[in-house]
Amino acid sequence: MSKRLLMQGNTACVEGALRAGMRFFAGYPITPSTEIAELLSIKLPKVNGKFIQMEDEISSMAAIIGASLCGLKSMTATSGPGFSLKQENIGYAAMTEVPCVIVNVMRGGPSTGLPTCVSQSDVMQSRWGTHGDHPIIVIAPVTVKDIYYMTIKAFNYAEAFRVPVVLLLDEVIAHMRECVELDEEIQIVNRKRPATKESYLPYRNEDDGVPHMADFGMGYKYHVTGLVHNEKGYPTSNPDITEKLITRLHKKIEDKASEIVLFDALNITNGGDLLISYGSSARVCKEIIFNEKVRGIGLFIPYTLWPFPEEQLIKLIKDNNIRRIFVAELNTGQLLLEIRRIVGNTCRVIGINKYNGELFTPEDITKKIEEAIE
Amino acid sequence: MPNLKELSKKPARLTGGHRMCAGCGAPMVVNWVLKALKEEDKAVTCSATGCLEVSTCLYPYTAWKDSFIHSAFENAAATISGVEACYVAMKRNGKIDDTYKFIAFGGDGGTYDIGLQSLSGAMERGHDMVYVCYDNGAYMNTGIQRSSATPKGADTTTSPAGKVIPGKTQTRKDLTEIIAAHNIPYVAQTVPAIPGTKYMFDLYNKAEKAIYTKGAAFLNVLTPCPRGWRCDTSTELDLIKAAVDTCFWPIYEVENGVYKLNYKPAEKKPITEWLKPQGRFRHLFKPENEHLIAEIQAEVDRRWEALLHLCGEK
Repeated sequence: MSKRLLMQGNTACVEGALRAGMRFFAGYPITPSTEIAELLSIKLPKVNGKFIQMEDEISSMAAIIGASLCGLKSMTATSGPGFSLKQENIGYAAMTEVPCVIVNVMRGGPSTGLPTCVSQSDVMQSRWGTHGDHPIIVIAPVTVKDIYYMTIKAFNYAEAFRVPVVLLLDEVIAHMRECVELDEEIQIVNRKRPATKESYLPYRNEDDGVPHMADFGMGYKYHVTGLVHNEKGYPTSNPDITEKLITRLHKKIEDKASEIVLFDALNITNGGDLLISYGSSARVCKEIIFNEKVRGIGLFIPYTLWPFPEEQLIKLIKDNNIRRIFVAELNTGQLLLEIRRIVGNTCRVIGINKYNGELFTPEDITKKIEEAIE
Repeated sequence: MPNLKELSKKPARLTGGHRMCAGCGAPMVVNWVLKALKEEDKAVTCSATGCLEVSTCLYPYTAWKDSFIHSAFENAAATISGVEACYVAMKRNGKIDDTYKFIAFGGDGGTYDIGLQSLSGAMERGHDMVYVCYDNGAYMNTGIQRSSATPKGADTTTSPAGKVIPGKTQTRKDLTEIIAAHNIPYVAQTVPAIPGTKYMFDLYNKAEKAIYTKGAAFLNVLTPCPRGWRCDTSTELDLIKAAVDTCFWPIYEVENGVYKLNYKPAEKKPITEWLKPQGRFRHLFKPENEHLIAEIQAEVDRRWEALLHLCGEK
């Protein structure tokens, strides 16, 4: 039976996380994500979960890693300045392969920036914010309903691949209220735990590149370190083991990219142009492609920014003889770089950017498209 | 004792027209602290992220007469450390003539929690600066979340009083004692100026001592927030008096390791006088929570007794 609810984006994130089985949240107040912490402080104790407000964002991120190692699905939520503070530990989670979900409700930056205004300027930080080569999954929902289902997806990916997953919201979709119909069947994924005690190696390369994960307290010897480590989890600087580990960390995501990527392609016309957009900007783009004034323009929405639906985009461009691509985003051109990398010389890629703290209007975008067409 | 008439003639270094809430205690604290500066001395002021920073610097204005830095949330003490260290070097090299003083302000969130590391570092290195914490007992700027300065039992948006928990379950961190343990020249705890009390000039005197003591100094000032305390703005100075009279917030100082109690209430009042008028403690007066009031009282008594010993009053 479907449930129709009027819901705020941040609330949808909370409901999705609880539905996914999240039982541990550590956070620190920061606009525009604070509602997530406030709501969970009320809801988590009622389902035998644990809410902790930590002394800063560094410790919030550290605490969810600790809790996840103990077996609970864990999450933290923040915005730009807090996301910056979490970066070192996000790298730690990637290296130690600890499943966790980090919600970043984007606001204007850099620094304190525009705390109450919308922005999409943490796209590159969500991919490369922490040092070192590392895998990561980044998901950017467009609607409040998306937030609910994609929060569940974020946990499923974190558990399946033992990676930190960044749920990239922005101030508009986090604070807007929309009617949400919760009618879809959902699947919940849990991390694979070791079957037998005898031969357990915490970082052994299993068939899919994802080691099985024991909880602290299950009775296994379990050594966790941010240093490069061997299958036992013990530190090493052996070049062969190092290379194997870093390769496996990447391959476990790359090999499954086609199963991970989420995207939508709307109103694609042969020989036409293509808009690419995500998050709140994609909402404005939807308005444009169904607007008669601009003919022959389709919309591609990547929900997973990393891994990016690369092959799918290349095929779409080829199959439909796309002439031009417009990338609309609320920053100075971050995903634009990624799109240019993917399409190379096959077609022109033009950025449509706004970074004054306000959301696009449809006119902002149509004007830029018309200018380019002329 | 300073002359009130003369003090009132000193130009305000935090001007009116800022957008702090009606009844907010923070600008009162800042103004009294800055009044302690000699008129001829210049200052670099710094504020951690918080109500004070947001509401005193609304585009296109600033309420700060002196040089002002808003740093990242956790860095007020570290940022001003850098400024002070550079000033000392420039002064030594004869590149600067004026006398500057360095004063950082932070709320309890930016001081007790996220900024504790940078504060501790600055105090230990001994920069010639004053750090002033205006402690209103929660993250008021983001909508009243608990901090480690929030008193036990308080209802906040992240320690919501209800069936599962009776407000914040932990006791308040004693930051003044933590900073005193850094063995810096001057540490003091006080309250805003309340006319008619014996401690009316306590904040002013302590600010003056802190600013003109060489080395690191720290002031912790209990500051009313009608929004977070859920109290009427007209009652807040009475509440501060209650905090002092119940010994919830003793007025004392530690100068070169020597403790001194600056005000001892003639009669120690029960903690309920501090708790009862505040909406954030309302639920504590339900019959099922009575034991919590007894626990809070016991904790206040214990800390008060310990302080009396430190101050040589017992």
